[in-house]
Amino acid sequence: MSTTVEVQDLSYAFGAGSLRRPVLVNLNLAVEAGEVVLLTGPSGSGKTTLMALIGALRALQEGSCIVLGRELGGARDRDRVAIRRRIGFVFQDHRLLGFLTAAQNVAMSLEVDPAGSERDRMRRAVAMLEAVGLAGYAGARPDELSGGQRQRVAIARALVRNPGLILADEPTAALDRQSGAEITRILCELARQRSAAVLIVTHDVRILDMGDRVLAMEDGRIGAVSASDRELPPLRRARGFGPLEDVVEMSPLVKGSAS
Amino acid sequence: MNMLAGSAVGSLGKAEHSPFYDFALPPERVRPWSPDWARASRLAWRQLRAEPARLLAAVTGVMFAAILVLMQLGFRAALFDTATALPEALHAELFLSNPMTTALFRAEPIPRARGFQALAVPEVLKAVPIYLAQAPWRNPENGTHRAIQLIGFDAEDDAVKIVGLSPLVPALKRVDTVAFDSSSRPEFGDIADLLARDGSLEVQIGSLEVRVVGTVRLGASFGADGNVVMSDDTLRHIVPAIRAADASVLALKLRPGANPLRVQAELKRLLPPDVVVLTHAQLVQREHDYWDSTTPIGVIFDFCSLLSIFIGMVIVYQILFTDIVSHLREYATLKAMGFTNSYLNKVVISEALILAVLGFVPGVAGSMVLYRYAASATYLALDLTGQRCAWVFLMTLAMCICAGLLTLRKLYQADPAEVF
Repeated sequence: MSTTVEVQDLSYAFGAGSLRRPVLVNLNLAVEAGEVVLLTGPSGSGKTTLMALIGALRALQEGSCIVLGRELGGARDRDRVAIRRRIGFVFQDHRLLGFLTAAQNVAMSLEVDPAGSERDRMRRAVAMLEAVGLAGYAGARPDELSGGQRQRVAIARALVRNPGLILADEPTAALDRQSGAEITRILCELARQRSAAVLIVTHDVRILDMGDRVLAMEDGRIGAVSASDRELPPLRRARGFGPLEDVVEMSPLVKGSAS
Repeated sequence: MNMLAGSAVGSLGKAEHSPFYDFALPPERVRPWSPDWARASRLAWRQLRAEPARLLAAVTGVMFAAILVLMQLGFRAALFDTATALPEALHAELFLSNPMTTALFRAEPIPRARGFQALAVPEVLKAVPIYLAQAPWRNPENGTHRAIQLIGFDAEDDAVKIVGLSPLVPALKRVDTVAFDSSSRPEFGDIADLLARDGSLEVQIGSLEVRVVGTVRLGASFGADGNVVMSDDTLRHIVPAIRAADASVLALKLRPGANPLRVQAELKRLLPPDVVVLTHAQLVQREHDYWDSTTPIGVIFDFCSLLSIFIGMVIVYQILFTDIVSHLREYATLKAMGFTNSYLNKVVISEALILAVLGFVPGVAGSMVLYRYAASATYLALDLTGQRCAWVFLMTLAMCICAGLLTLRKLYQADPAEVF
């Protein structure tokens, strides 16, 4: 497997001078192609900032972040736009365009590439909607869909370009247990089929068993894990976790990359 | 740890090209049309169409602006068209006028002798004196008085071309006969109807009874509510203060093949400075300039036209700004997905252009109705010309594009990092 995301000594801070507040501190992380990594931790621990940096949505300050073989350190705005075109994003509140149909929303993701016709884009969009279980919903607008269906459209939109990396931010936060699990299952399965790496930020303990690894973040660092943790059985085999804090403390079950 | 970052940044700093060179976006160029525009226009239209109430408000705003501008320009053009109708009707190559004269309806007299002096130049065929004055016209229907423009000249000299004048020339040679301008305001009475009913009509101008022998068409203007055409002798009967030796303007008809500019230069050299020598175009332009810049009304119309454009731009700006603010999250999402600012700029500009087109079409339709109403109410020649429509359409496009460009600042505030 090749490494899709390689983060080394990544630090990031908001503000300047006396107001400077570090949110990421010397962070190291590697995500392989086809791997599903769940990133969890309390609010303010830096998960979102890490996602934004890996997603080329923010410029790096210190350290290195190689995404899909490209160094983001020192990248120009236009270069970061180019990188983003190779990443699929799934947002907490789906972020669909309300004035477009489901198929049009998915096809929008293909419009960044000027090649291809509108008909071809729509054909691919409809096929992708079918893949996420939304056959027959191509013409529905977001406000005509349930929360789970909207999130499926968002997943279709993220996957239709066959990205090498998928970043999902709390994709199940607004969904009930069954829908959340279903959404995560679809996302992980389709990503694995495409050998895409998936990084999911979540507070939802109900889906922690669906990833290949779970990383816990706190105070801008990924929770301390030992090299031997790599050999531990995947979390997906364990069921019935308690509160998130318990999961974090269960370090033997949490695999993180040790630098 | 920072060595890694440092080396990455350092190498980028030294390198000619970015390490993303092999798959980076092509350099952005300003192209009048590209596939991006087609896609952006489609997205813009879908976005506009999704909210019919907002679209209707936006289109109404642009329509309102277009109507405002078209009406202002229509009145402005009517001002100049009617003001220059009289000098346009004068049919000669050169004119002698008093240097103090700023507009024909208030012409200062010039010695008729200057016309005879002009005949010293061999190319000058004849000098025709034209007399202009205003006098009270008594409405034969209700007895009210209103000032009317008197235009007196020897009709046989062919120095004035007015619609309907030719067949009346023999009748006008008789003293105390006049031809009434049927395009005058109705306050002078329904002269054309009375004339058609009775065959002839006696009216009072000043203190003189004159016979109306027919009608011509010249048009009311901002300077004169109506016109009446007559011989120079009749005019002096009506206004005895005007002497035959003092003309309002002298029309110089040149021999065939004469170069007006050369003759003009020769006359300038020959004649004393109490007259100016104007070509026909200069005479018309002087009238135009008087109304455009000397009178407040021209300035007011210019100001109102600019104000209309400004109001239209503010309306479109407000609409687009509100639209961008309400869709800021969507724009941020699109940026996160890899759409460039350039693409989103095209979406906003496309919205502006669509609004311009959608607002302009009903704007023209509304203006046509208002032009008709205003023309019948003011008796001014208000014509919605294709040229004016084309000009206002371009102006509407420019106005909307400017408004769109102003709103782009807000678009740049859509931060893709905010999507998480």
